[in-house]
Amino acid sequence: MSGPAGGRATSIPLMGRDEEPTVFELSSTGRRAWSFRTTGVPEWPEDELVPAGHRRDEPVPLAEVSERDLVAHFTRLSHRQYSVDLGAYPLGSCTMKYNPKLCDDVAAMAGLANVHPAAPVATIQGWLELLVELGESLCAITGMHSATLQPPAGAAGELTGLLLMRAWHRDHGEDATRRRVIIPDSAHGTNPASVTLGGYEVTTVPSDDRGCVDVAALRERLDTDVAGIMLTNPNTLGLFEEDILEIARSVHEVGGLLYYDGANLNAILGVTRPGDMGFDIVHMNLHKTFAVPHGGGGPGAGPVAVSERLARYLPGPCPVRLADGTFGWHAPDRSIGRVHSWHGNALALARAASYIVANGGDGLQQVSEVAVLNANWLRHRLRGVYDVPFDRPNMHEVVFSATNLKKARGLRAVDVAKRLLEEGFHAPTVYFPLIVDEALMVEPTETESPETVAALADAMERIAQDSADAAHDAPRTTPVGRVDEARAARQLIPTFDARRSGGAD
Amino acid sequence: MNVPDDRRYTNDHEWARADDAGRVRVGITDYAQDALGDVVFVQLPEVGATVAAGGSLGEVESTKSVSDIYAPISGVVAEINAELVDAPQRLNDDPYGDGWICVIEAADAAALDGLLDAAAYSALIAD
Repeated sequence: MSGPAGGRATSIPLMGRDEEPTVFELSSTGRRAWSFRTTGVPEWPEDELVPAGHRRDEPVPLAEVSERDLVAHFTRLSHRQYSVDLGAYPLGSCTMKYNPKLCDDVAAMAGLANVHPAAPVATIQGWLELLVELGESLCAITGMHSATLQPPAGAAGELTGLLLMRAWHRDHGEDATRRRVIIPDSAHGTNPASVTLGGYEVTTVPSDDRGCVDVAALRERLDTDVAGIMLTNPNTLGLFEEDILEIARSVHEVGGLLYYDGANLNAILGVTRPGDMGFDIVHMNLHKTFAVPHGGGGPGAGPVAVSERLARYLPGPCPVRLADGTFGWHAPDRSIGRVHSWHGNALALARAASYIVANGGDGLQQVSEVAVLNANWLRHRLRGVYDVPFDRPNMHEVVFSATNLKKARGLRAVDVAKRLLEEGFHAPTVYFPLIVDEALMVEPTETESPETVAALADAMERIAQDSADAAHDAPRTTPVGRVDEARAARQLIPTFDARRSGGAD
Repeated sequence: MNVPDDRRYTNDHEWARADDAGRVRVGITDYAQDALGDVVFVQLPEVGATVAAGGSLGEVESTKSVSDIYAPISGVVAEINAELVDAPQRLNDDPYGDGWICVIEAADAAALDGLLDAAAYSALIAD
C-alpha cells in the first residue's frame, strides 16, 4: 500500500509536549473574564440578602482569569484531545466509529431540536412519525415485533430486557422459581451487573476451545429454574456463535428466554437477524451501530426490541401509528412502566433514524460487510506478529494476544497500546475479553479506508519489533506520558482542591 | 514463579496453609498476582461469615480486571487481613506472607489434603 498513512493523527507533534496547567494555576487575583460597567441594578447590602450565619467565612477559591486566557486554555486542552474526528479509533467492542455530519445536521434541525417533549400530539406529528419509523426499522433489522426507544444506553437496555424477562415469568407464575440467568465467560461485564440489578443470579457457562459457548456445558446448566440466557452474537471474541439455533432450542425447551446483547450488531446488518436466530429480547446500541456520538458519558440510546409474545410488557408510552394514519402514544396493557423520563434521548434517536434512512438496507449491509472485511484483513496481516488465540474467520473485530511478545521480550498488551499513541492512533481495548491473556481487541470498523487499516497494521508490526524498553516508557510524544494507573486507583482523588495544590490564592 | 511447598493450592490460584490448631490461612498465589497485575482494591469477607469450599470469599480488583477469590475450604472466617484495604499492593509484593487474605476456622482441616500440592500446582501453571 502506498501513499500517505491515512487516519493517523499526524498533528500530534504540533500539540506540543508540555502539560497544560490547570485553570487555577493560570489564576491571578482580581483578574476577571468579564465585568459589566453599567447594569442598572441597584446594589443591595449583603447583610440584608443573606443572613450572617449562612455566609462563608472566606471567599470560594475560584480561578481568576481573563476571557482571552480562558479561551486559550480550553482551546489548548481541546487540541490535546484525541477523537474519532481526528484519527482512527480501533477500540474493540465499543465500535467507536466516525459519525457522519449529516446525522448531526438532522439532530440540529430546529423542528426537531426545539420541541418540548410534552407538546400536544397534534403539533409533533413529524417527531412521532420519525420515532415510529425508527422503531419499525430497528424491528426489521433485528427481526423482532415491537420496540421501545426509551432506554438511554446499552446497560439501560439490558436492565429493561431483564425486567421484561421477569414480567413474562411473573405473568406465568414462575418469578419465584426461575432465579438464574446464564451468561458466557466471554460476556461484557455489564451483563452480570444487569442480571444482579434485575434481581437474578448469574450462572456462567464456559467457552469451548473454538471461543464459542460450550453447548454441552450449557445443557448441564439448563433447568426449569433458568429465566433466560444473555448472549452477544458475534461474541466478544469477534466470533459468530455457530450453534445459536441449537442454543435457542435448548433454552426454550426449559422455558427460558433468549436475550441478545446488541453491542456487536454492526457485524450482521442485512446479513442475519437475532429474531431469526431465536432471540426473544434484543437491545441495540444506537451509539455504536447507528451513528450516535459515543463516549464521554453520552447521551446514547439503547432501544429494546422484543418478539410478539413480549410486546405487551414494553415500557410505555410507545409512539404508534394510528388507524387514521396519524401518530400518537400508546401504553402496552402489561407495561413494566417507564425506564427513562419522557421518550428517551430523542435527538440521539433522530441521528440514528437519519443514518438508517441515508444508508438504506443495502447500505447497512455494506457497512457490516466492510467492517468484517477490515477486521479479517487485519487478522491475516498481523497473524504471526501477534498471537491469535482463535485463528479462524472473525466478524467485525479481532482479538490478538501479546503473550508471545511478553514471553520473548517482556512486552505486554498495555505497552503495545501506549506505543500506538506515539504512532498517532487511539489504543485498542486491552485485557478484554478476560478469557484471553494479554488481550488486544481491535475493531477497525467500516469507516476506515484500506490505507488507514494498513497504516494501523504497519504501526502494530513496528511496535512488535521495537525495543521493549522504548515501549515500557511509551507514550513519549504526548503531553502526558505513562501514568501510574495503580497509584491513581489506589489513591483516588476525584476532586481538585485549589488550596491544597497552592494554585489560587 | 514461586510455589512454596509448605501449603496447598486450588485450581483457582488460591493457597491454603493450616496451623496446628486447624486454622487455615488463605491467600492468592504468586502466579495469580502476576496475572492480575497491580492490585488496586480488595474486598474482604466479614469475620464470622460462614463460607463453603469453592464459594466466593471476596474480590480482588487490578488495573486490568476484577476477579473473585474462592474459599479453598469450608468453615467460618476467623480473621481478615484488614491492612489490605489501605495497602492492596501487599498482594503483589508478598502474596504468600503479608498479602494473606483471611484465616478460616475450618470445619474439617483434613479436607486440605484434597487440594493440589506444590508439585501439582506447578504443573497446572507450567503452560
